[in-house]
Amino acid sequence: MRLQAAAGLGRMAGVLSKSLGRGDGQVIGGRVILAACPDAFARLVAGKRVAFVSATNGKTTTTRLLAAAMAAAGPVVTNFSGANMPAGLVYALARPPVGVRPDAPAVLEADETFLPGLLAAAPSALLVLGNLSRDQLDRVGEVAMVARRWRKVFAAGAGLSAVANADDPHVVWAASVIPGVTWVSVGQRWTSDSALCPSCGSILRRATVDDPGNPDWSCTSCGFRRPTPTWRLEPADHGHSAVLVAPDGARYTLDLQLPGQANQANAAMAVVAADALGVRPDISVLALRSVSSVGGRYQTVSLAGRRVRLLLGKNPAGWSEMFDMLAPAPAPVVIAINARAADGKDPSWLWDVPFERLADRFVVATGERRHDLAVRLLYAGIAYASVADPWLPGALPGEVGDAGRGETPLDSVGTYTAFREVLRRGGGAGDGG
Amino acid sequence: MAAESRLRLVSIYPMLLGTYGDGGNLQVLAMRARARGLQVEAIELDAGEPVPDGGDLYLLGGGEDDAQVAAARALRADGGLARAVTRGAAVFSVCAGYQVLGTVFPGSDGVPEPGLELLDVSTDRLPKRAVGELLAVPIAEGLRQPLTGYENHAGATHLGPEAAALAHVEVGVGNGTSASTSGGVFSEGAFSGHVLGTYLHGPGLARNPELADLLLSWVTGGPLDPWVNGDIEALRAERLAAVRRRA
Repeated sequence: MRLQAAAGLGRMAGVLSKSLGRGDGQVIGGRVILAACPDAFARLVAGKRVAFVSATNGKTTTTRLLAAAMAAAGPVVTNFSGANMPAGLVYALARPPVGVRPDAPAVLEADETFLPGLLAAAPSALLVLGNLSRDQLDRVGEVAMVARRWRKVFAAGAGLSAVANADDPHVVWAASVIPGVTWVSVGQRWTSDSALCPSCGSILRRATVDDPGNPDWSCTSCGFRRPTPTWRLEPADHGHSAVLVAPDGARYTLDLQLPGQANQANAAMAVVAADALGVRPDISVLALRSVSSVGGRYQTVSLAGRRVRLLLGKNPAGWSEMFDMLAPAPAPVVIAINARAADGKDPSWLWDVPFERLADRFVVATGERRHDLAVRLLYAGIAYASVADPWLPGALPGEVGDAGRGETPLDSVGTYTAFREVLRRGGGAGDGG
Repeated sequence: MAAESRLRLVSIYPMLLGTYGDGGNLQVLAMRARARGLQVEAIELDAGEPVPDGGDLYLLGGGEDDAQVAAARALRADGGLARAVTRGAAVFSVCAGYQVLGTVFPGSDGVPEPGLELLDVSTDRLPKRAVGELLAVPIAEGLRQPLTGYENHAGATHLGPEAAALAHVEVGVGNGTSASTSGGVFSEGAFSGHVLGTYLHGPGLARNPELADLLLSWVTGGPLDPWVNGDIEALRAERLAAVRRRA
């Protein structure tokens, strides 16, 4: 009874918060439920098949894609729009879509720092583990610390199973204590956080140094090495679609609406996870093709008389995938940098992003920390203007020209809260999509 | 500076000591030097690569615990940085890199790890990790502007008699220790000759152009022409206002 009463209170708080325009109500609603019933999470997942999706980058998209694949087979409960801390998970579980039975599977995005604390309540969960890299160092901590925490908790969870990226040494270090991991090769473009062996601290050897594109890695000292993946992503290349190769050699063409190599990796993880949960890959890949935006990412909105495409760029690894997604040079780009709690309060990661790759473009620097970005661009030798609010009428500088007035939208890349702000002002859909 | 008047900037193991954006310090120094008409050679060393001892200014940044230990051991075994300092080269080090230059620092799992002994400081653990904006009033000669940056570390750094404090902390933790004469105010950073260490990320030289120019003047042997930019001043003004508003 207490759980039901708490869930009712939480729903009321969530609806109230949303109607007051204070957000989408998920976090407030979840907090109310947890305050009234502290063990709500354990009670809500009891008897459910649960998959936790976690990573530094791509966890919201992978969750969305996995939920879409699972939905092809039957109702599923999931937390949309990145409310990935315990309150957001509890709220999603407490207000499932109408008609969903209590034993429907749950596909839950979990913040990488909160994942360990969730596992005691869901001891037989499937973990879907994508990548670990530097992000919000003020809150999350250093990468090796996160991997160590994961490994310790995973080792204690006898009933866990996992689908994990074989190409990320930190993910492998953490997941390899789980018996029978399904290893997937989806690549790791950003390697600057895994120079050292997570096991012994020696320098890791990367095959790509001599053989570009070869994702193999191994420790020169202790023998810790990349596990042999059973599933493998062949990224899209020169007009060829991305293909996921199954253990039996079957080839599944991804043909996503979502752009970029990172989303091919997210989709591959989702298809393999769905397979582990009983949905056939040929059914999953069809379901993924219907997803065109995730929580507003990649959505095009109308702002200041222009069509504006919204992109999320929140850390160096994410940005390393971004350059290929942008409209080709010389298209200008708007970059919005905030440093609130949800963005990470230290934007010095801007100096780890090779903004030199924006040469031949004009950049509009905006957001609460636009001065940090402006100085970064200054020293990168990029042409830019710092603008407090580029979406006011006439505020975009002349160098932006007619970008976004024709076929191709103007790209706007933002940190999490800056991206949400542009999404809100453009009237975009934050959920699903 | 070398005879052919080319400034040699050497970034030491940015793959290990570059977690907090400190790689930007190299870019800042290179551009500010070029803006003054100097020829610059900027070198970034791969992890474990021998350190050339003919550089003018060496840079070390912040990094994770295991990476810090790996870097310290590689640098001790190599000896190139110590030879360069003996020869009179300048060093700018941040956070983990600053700790590595001292006599001892907490390594993996807090086990004391010997440093390079190029700066008379020693580091142990703070009771609580210092994370947030750092504002400090400089006391080193040649610096007048407040020092602004972001700190993220668990080190308490004690200055020995051969090292002088760079600044007094106004907001934040910095070294997390104070001289007996400073009335309990924490000091920030340390220097001895032309070897300097600090906890200022941001990167520190992007947020403090005066400090960048001081380092350049050390290696060029004289003061530099002013090089002022409105966006850098705007960044400083915004950060100083934000940190003082919160303090």
